[in-house]
Amino acid sequence: MSLQIEIEQGRNALIVRLSGELDHHTAEVVKVRMEEAIGKGNASHVIMSLENLDFMDSSGLGVILGRYKLVTAKGGKMIVCGVKPPVHRLFEMSGLYKILALEENERQAVSSLEVVS
Amino acid sequence: MSANMMKLQFSSRSENESFARVAVAAFVSQLDPTVNELTDIKTVVSEAVTNAIIHGYDNKEDGVVTITCVIEDETVRLTIEDSGMGIENLDEARQPLFTSKPELERSGMGFTIMENFMDHIEIDTQVGKGTVVTMTKRIESKKCAV
Repeated sequence: MSLQIEIEQGRNALIVRLSGELDHHTAEVVKVRMEEAIGKGNASHVIMSLENLDFMDSSGLGVILGRYKLVTAKGGKMIVCGVKPPVHRLFEMSGLYKILALEENERQAVSSLEVVS
Repeated sequence: MSANMMKLQFSSRSENESFARVAVAAFVSQLDPTVNELTDIKTVVSEAVTNAIIHGYDNKEDGVVTITCVIEDETVRLTIEDSGMGIENLDEARQPLFTSKPELERSGMGFTIMENFMDHIEIDTQVGKGTVVTMTKRIESKKCAV
């Protein structure tokens, strides 16, 4: 019932796969792990792959917004993909799609970045 | 049908947030809610409990959070209560994106989410005494008459 994080250093993007439940309790480890990976990697973009994320609340929004600021400050782009309906509703209500790009899956997220760069 | 209720008390520790969501969802399940309705309830429980822990008790783990859930006909009434520091400026706290703790990366969307996912919300707060959030939602029953 907690959260699993998998981080893969792609060619030009960091791929962060979250599965389980992202709340206040599990947000801290996401923050730490992502900060670490962004700091040592050379990818400027981040893809948040959420196809196995079953639950998220406003604490999850907070941690994603925090990483978004970090990534865009360095000139990178943040993409979310594989968003399930409950998470989708929260992103919509909070207006996050106004700043985050949405793609259907990881493959499309990766190729959308290749077109840009 | 008379009202059915349950009451839950637990320490103000963040690992109890998921416990609170699941426990309330299990109780509400007897109304046969849709997946969306159940997610709404889990989300607002998460928001209110997180507020109690972070803001009410300032992340101290020795506080107590009390949840009362009453089912009456098809309506769920949820009360989430803490005996923490209370909210000084409630109007400000209810504004979307407002947060008193920007350093903690709070999104400031907690109350906005509660207002959107539930039919009705009432917040009773007293500085130095604590906060009581009461929310109701009608569950559109899927049960069909046999």
